[in-house]
Amino acid sequence: MDWLMPQINLELILPEIIITFFAILILILEPLLSKNKKNFLAHLSWIAILLAFVANLRLWNLMETSFSDMFIVDNFAIFFKFIFLAGSFLIILVSISYLKREEMVHGEYYSLILFSTLGMMLMASSFNLVIIFLGLEIMSISLYVLAGFKREDLRSNEASLKYFLMGAFATGFLLYGIVMIFGSVRSTNLEDIIKSIAYNNGNVDLLLWAGVGLLLVGFGFKIASVPFHMWVPDVYEGAPTPITAFISAGSKAAGFAALLRVFLFSFVTIKMDWTTVIWIMSALTMTTGNIVAIAQSNIKRMLAYSSIAHAGYVLVALVAGKEAGVSSAIFYLLAYTFMNIGAFTVVIALGRKDEDNINLDDYSGLGTRHPWLAIFMMLFMLSLAGFPPTAGFMAKFYVFSAAVKSGYIGLVIIGVLNSLVSVYYYLRIVVIMFMRSPVPEAEPISLPLGSALVLLISTWGVLQMGIFPQSLLTLAMLSVSSIF
Amino acid sequence: MWNSSILTIITFFPLLGVLILLFVGKTKLNAVKTIAFLVSLLNFVISLYLYFNFSSDASAMQFSVRKVWIESLGISYQLGIDGISLFLILLTTFLTPLAIFSSWSAITEKVKGYYISMLLLETGMIGVFVSLDLFLFYVFWEAMLLPMYFLIGIWGGPRKIYATIKFVLFTMTGSLLMLVAILVLYFMNHSYTGTYSFDLLEINKLPIPLGAQFWLFAAFALAFAIKVPMFPFHTWLPDAHVEAPTAGSVILAGVLLKMGTYGFLRFCLPLFPNAFIDFVPLFSILAIIGIIYGALVSMRQEDVKSLVAFSSVSHLGFVMLGIFALNLQGIEGGILQMINHGISTGALFLIVGMIYERRHSRMIEDFGGLSKKIPIFAAFFMIVTLSSIGLPGTNGFVGEFLILLGTFKSNVIYAVFAATGMILAAVYMLWMYQRTMFGKITKPENENLKDLNTREKIILIPLILVIFWIGLYPKPFFVKMEPSVKSLIENAKTKYEENKLLGKSFYIDSNIPVAAGFSLRECSRAVRSSDQTAQAIR
Repeated sequence: MDWLMPQINLELILPEIIITFFAILILILEPLLSKNKKNFLAHLSWIAILLAFVANLRLWNLMETSFSDMFIVDNFAIFFKFIFLAGSFLIILVSISYLKREEMVHGEYYSLILFSTLGMMLMASSFNLVIIFLGLEIMSISLYVLAGFKREDLRSNEASLKYFLMGAFATGFLLYGIVMIFGSVRSTNLEDIIKSIAYNNGNVDLLLWAGVGLLLVGFGFKIASVPFHMWVPDVYEGAPTPITAFISAGSKAAGFAALLRVFLFSFVTIKMDWTTVIWIMSALTMTTGNIVAIAQSNIKRMLAYSSIAHAGYVLVALVAGKEAGVSSAIFYLLAYTFMNIGAFTVVIALGRKDEDNINLDDYSGLGTRHPWLAIFMMLFMLSLAGFPPTAGFMAKFYVFSAAVKSGYIGLVIIGVLNSLVSVYYYLRIVVIMFMRSPVPEAEPISLPLGSALVLLISTWGVLQMGIFPQSLLTLAMLSVSSIF
Repeated sequence: MWNSSILTIITFFPLLGVLILLFVGKTKLNAVKTIAFLVSLLNFVISLYLYFNFSSDASAMQFSVRKVWIESLGISYQLGIDGISLFLILLTTFLTPLAIFSSWSAITEKVKGYYISMLLLETGMIGVFVSLDLFLFYVFWEAMLLPMYFLIGIWGGPRKIYATIKFVLFTMTGSLLMLVAILVLYFMNHSYTGTYSFDLLEINKLPIPLGAQFWLFAAFALAFAIKVPMFPFHTWLPDAHVEAPTAGSVILAGVLLKMGTYGFLRFCLPLFPNAFIDFVPLFSILAIIGIIYGALVSMRQEDVKSLVAFSSVSHLGFVMLGIFALNLQGIEGGILQMINHGISTGALFLIVGMIYERRHSRMIEDFGGLSKKIPIFAAFFMIVTLSSIGLPGTNGFVGEFLILLGTFKSNVIYAVFAATGMILAAVYMLWMYQRTMFGKITKPENENLKDLNTREKIILIPLILVIFWIGLYPKPFFVKMEPSVKSLIENAKTKYEENKLLGKSFYIDSNIPVAAGFSLRECSRAVRSSDQTAQAIR
């Protein structure tokens, strides 16, 4: 047997290399820097993100695989990497002042964020189930640690442990699913799977079906869809708020990147068979998330349930399938990144040390106390609820139109009725901010430069994607061609 | 150039005012008020251009403009007006400055935000009436909810939060289902013509099978019926009206409710004529129930404002009845009655607001004998009351008479029942007037009431003038709306006949050759002849 040196194109993984290099550099520098100079590491990390962004940009329209077809760089992957990089860039900016307030300025925080971004990027770029697993693990393990980063806080510890135990369990399912698929197909390469199914004329044996089901469990956990959503509220509540935002935007998008690629590329020929399951999951996810969100009094928990609901909307796009479905899913996830991180940034700005001041009642009269902060929050809430002219509306519109196009009108009706329910609890925040009398403040609220920047960028994203979405829509449409 | 940009200017001019207001200091109350008022007044002056340059010979859309907005989805920025929307736009631009002027002393908190909301609301309302692209229409339709939501929720009465959330949730229930219907139309249009477009004028040409028409009509009609509001979807209206600030009520009754009735004319009738005709009995009966029920409930109200609110249910019932009479008189009367209701009910809400500012009460039992103390107020109130009842010589008479005439032509029984509504209107309005204005002064607080000041007179006089103008010489209105209404009815009839041939299926049969140049009639003839051959072979 000949040993073939795998063909390696390092240029393709330049963004990943940059992120890895800086993540390790930060780990090395962290003990060398004195306590008050740790901010330097934060700046290093956002510079890393920017560099990776540029490197990623250069790969646009380059359709290539490398590492023996394990790694693929196509527009789909690149668009998703933009989402991850944008997300972690915003999170890093918010974190600087947050870590200072919570008195836990440690360099490894940034290193872990970079590592988990790396994991997400790998998931989007993988062309092999094993690489998906690898990416998922890199991302998840970093997130487990980050969720428990407030070492002295019991809730944070609880979040971390819960996330870890449930996550490890879900990863086990995923891995078992990969094994079963390997057993049936004798390969973990995504293209081999589709060829094998085609070779058998679309007849799928039980082993492969079991594999498909287990993969769905694994991914369903990451995207927080019902019935694999139980971890979400507690983890979201306990984790440090920037990490909550990061999990809800980044990790969800990464889960969807893998889910979309595997299910709509490898399993596309048997789509009719698994669509029903996703249909039911989607309807349940939207409904559960939205209805339970009504009953929450803690804003982080409310956003947690809303995040479950939004996973349901993206699943509608998966049910729709085809080019329109995938591009609408991507568009939705980008919009969600902006509006969700924006909303969490306001939560962080209003929070107090030790995660205080995050109940809905603490927002009473915010419109009088801090009109600008309240207006930003209102914009993100309206966008999450799907009011025009915001990104949330365009995204929902695009997803629902893809589903109507594929003929799933029933699911779309469930979807729009759900967004009606969501209007109630998103607008409740607006009611509390603008229509209740102000509560006295313990200490004045200051908006650090980093958070202000994040608010501006998210606002730009929400309005740009809502009013002039043409350019981003075109990008989203261009990025799905390689899958079909 | 001027003709194609005038609608854009009118729609977005209030936004310019919002931009200016953002840079005015929060404490400079007078500057804020004056700027808001001047911007809306100027917008009214600009909108008069439409009236004077509107050609009353053409039935096509005028002042139209079309620009690509989101190319890849076939969404365009497309505006245009015909004789139906012309007067609703003028009504909007006419009522907004009056509403703003009426808030001068009533609004004392968060003044800047209030006027910004009013101007945003104006942009949204005009946008709804001018857009001819279904997507653009939906954007305005939804976006307009938010300023109203704030107007009720921040500057409203004691139960404002309940009222405002109810308002938003009711309206959105309908409009979200309408969005689904819009999407279905969009893809139907694509499968028929091969192009993606939300262009209403294109989609109007689309033949829709009866099965699909039923559901699409239901989705659109639900959204509009909630907005009108028709019985039994009217329950949000009294709450919203009673809690809203005066200007909010004026705009709500004057313009927002008209969006529902306008929607029936602009979308439901041209798009789904067959379903529309099938639904005539249901909607006519609901309209009549609305007329009588609204009147009866009004009679028992103790709060003047909620009396006026319930009378809106009754008046809008008339409008709906006229539209569903489906003849020239009925629809023209319906359109005129939309304007009349905007003027009269708007004026009534303003008057209630003026007395509320003086007495901080709207309860009928708190008044009595006011005509002796405030005679000018009483005179204005009388004229508006009579106009609301529909006394000959005032605007209400012309509209309701035409509606009843049209209904009589199409169905005598409906007309008979509806006519009782006019009698009941006289009962509740005059009884209320008698209890508040005549008799002895029973409450000592009413002894020292001040009569109308100049600002309040300036607000009411234009409304009174319009009341008499429409009442005595309504011809200019009919001249401008007639061609549009005629062609609306004609097109609906033609389409009704054509669509009948399509059968009860849900989808357009892809076997029918629909290449360009084929008329639908030819297609269906081809299909029928092929059916006959098939039978012959058998």
